[in-house]
Amino acid sequence: MAKRTMIEAINLALKQEMEKDPRALILGEDVGKNGGVFRATQGLFDIFGETRVVDTPLSESAIIGVAIGMAVYGLRPIAEIQFEGFIYASMEQLASHAGRIRTRSRGRYHCPIVVRLPYGGGIRAPEHHSDSNEAYFVHTPGIKVVIPSTPYEAKGLLIAAIRDPDPVIFMEPKKLYRSLREEVPEEEYLIPLGQSRIVIEGTDITLITWGAMLQPTLQAATLMEKRGINPEIIDLRTLSPLDMQTVIESVEKTHKAVIVHEAPASCGVGAEVIARINEKALVHLEAPVARVAGFDTVMPLPKLEKYYLPNAERVAEAVDRVLNF
Amino acid sequence: MTQSKKTGRKQQSPGSSALDRERLLRLYRQMLKIRLFEEQVNQLYLGAKMPGLAHLYIGQEAVAVGVCEALRRDDYITSTHRGHGHCLAKGASLDKMFAELLGKAPGYCRGKGGSMHIADQDTGNLGANAIVGGSAGIATGAAMSAKMRGSDQVAVCFFGEGALGQGLLYEEMNMASLWKLPVIYVCENNQYNEYTSYRETTAGEVAARAEAFGIHTETIDGQDVQLVHAKSLTLVERARRGKGPAFLHCNTYRFHGHHVGDVDRTYYRAKKEEEEWKSKRDPVKLFAEWLQKSEMADGKLLDQIENEIATRIKEAVNFALNAPYPELDEVGQDVYA
Ligand SMILES: Cc1ncc(C[n+]2csc(CCOP(=O)(O)OP(=O)(O)O)c2C)c(N)n1
Repeated sequence: MAKRTMIEAINLALKQEMEKDPRALILGEDVGKNGGVFRATQGLFDIFGETRVVDTPLSESAIIGVAIGMAVYGLRPIAEIQFEGFIYASMEQLASHAGRIRTRSRGRYHCPIVVRLPYGGGIRAPEHHSDSNEAYFVHTPGIKVVIPSTPYEAKGLLIAAIRDPDPVIFMEPKKLYRSLREEVPEEEYLIPLGQSRIVIEGTDITLITWGAMLQPTLQAATLMEKRGINPEIIDLRTLSPLDMQTVIESVEKTHKAVIVHEAPASCGVGAEVIARINEKALVHLEAPVARVAGFDTVMPLPKLEKYYLPNAERVAEAVDRVLNF
Repeated sequence: MTQSKKTGRKQQSPGSSALDRERLLRLYRQMLKIRLFEEQVNQLYLGAKMPGLAHLYIGQEAVAVGVCEALRRDDYITSTHRGHGHCLAKGASLDKMFAELLGKAPGYCRGKGGSMHIADQDTGNLGANAIVGGSAGIATGAAMSAKMRGSDQVAVCFFGEGALGQGLLYEEMNMASLWKLPVIYVCENNQYNEYTSYRETTAGEVAARAEAFGIHTETIDGQDVQLVHAKSLTLVERARRGKGPAFLHCNTYRFHGHHVGDVDRTYYRAKKEEEEWKSKRDPVKLFAEWLQKSEMADGKLLDQIENEIATRIKEAVNFALNAPYPELDEVGQDVYA
């Protein structure tokens, strides 16, 4: 089996789905001849040609707009928005249309678009190139939100997203595009949307995270294990729909939880997870659930970026706070 | 339109005779300042001293300088992701610019924004903008404010031709025309939106898009600083007198990559094309030649100017390199009043 980076895994998933499904097509700024700003679509223009790998004008709102129309009428568009900070102009299309077409048509139309969205900090990029804005989409009914945390996960989740009948925002942690390699099978495999996974089994505390934050959470776990604490780590994978069953079962076992995300704390997805834990498992908790998150500010770049992003030490501190409650 | 294809012409730019020598030399100084600044930025990046990335303005200097020299200090500009030239042309400080690029505390954004996050209230610069087309509203609103306050300020909205893909621009131009706002949309057409020729992304004629709103539109050679300047003087004057918005479409070229890391470019634009522009259409070189031919300056004076600017730039870089980074507890500053 070949070891691949996340960007290679994504490229492979796109290529295989395009080969398999003639309805699938890619559109976005510089995705064709250039191969995309992160090279996710590299080589695909040569294989599939300009009708299936479409270079668009610099028009995010129209990219999502036409993707919706194509999806409703039989195609499987996969749109790339270059960075998460450029998606706001298309928010109208996503919130007012993509997410509502199924309800609006009382289930007769569906809108199977995938929006690939590189997100997050840690690469010392400039303003509008480092945010973690998943909560906007999670708050939008009718849209699914998927965030892979490793190359293997990225391939299986992306294929599932492309085949899903609903609009999916597929957020790719750009920090992990090339910083991590793991075995990614050539053969097709799917990771179903809406199922979180237990990355490490443990008994003492539940650490809940997703995307790029899995790495510092794993590092924190190593620190804890040295001190005889066995955390259980859950990668949510899909933030909408949210698989709470895995989380609840874990919390019933460990009685403690910490959530780690890089988005600002206020109204971040962590808040929703806490609310649901409280609804289902409050009596099992021995301490309030803690959050390790970004601050409620614009991402401060570049020198304060490291300070802004949760790291292993901050996660370990939060674990201590909860354990010593 | 493109009179300056030939170099060494004397009186082709309308209005150039009205410019005194000092003014011409100032145009030159400003352009050269941007050129040397950007070359230094490239060095800092290549030397791994600068975090993030930067979009260099080299090749387009005549546009920022020609336009900004037609403005008063209290007139407004909005800038773009390729904004260093606009900021400097409007009078930004070299020290604070370099400090911001290096993420240092004395920078314009306290070192927390970087290359695309530079605003300077003292010089009417409402800010660079990492969102392409993102400042169309800000510039138009600033013009509306000037009109409503009865000040005679003018706002200039700089953008690249890539911004023509953004719907906001058209909504704003419609308002500007309806309400006769003192705003000038300056479209710097450097032929490429990132890695794609603008011809593949832009239907119809660029100028026709503004004309459709009844906006006064001109298409000119953006490598000829005197021409850009003369046109800008006319358009600014017009806007000040309440005659409404204008659209200045400048044909130009970026000599470097889309950003500092874009080095291998042959797959989207030919080396030969780059060489042609660099050898025949370099705005700084063209103007230096003109200054000498028309006996406004000799080689010695131009060298002296260059040395002065280079020294200032060296000082500014050293200032920035030695400046402190922002404190960690600043992270939450300036989010709310
Ligand atoms: C809304 C938005 N979409 C995409 C980008 C990424 N991007 C940055 S510059 C650029 C091309 C801009 O072309 P143009 O406006 O012509 O300016 P130039 O770079 O040529 O100066 C793109 C696509 C962005 N910054 N903002």
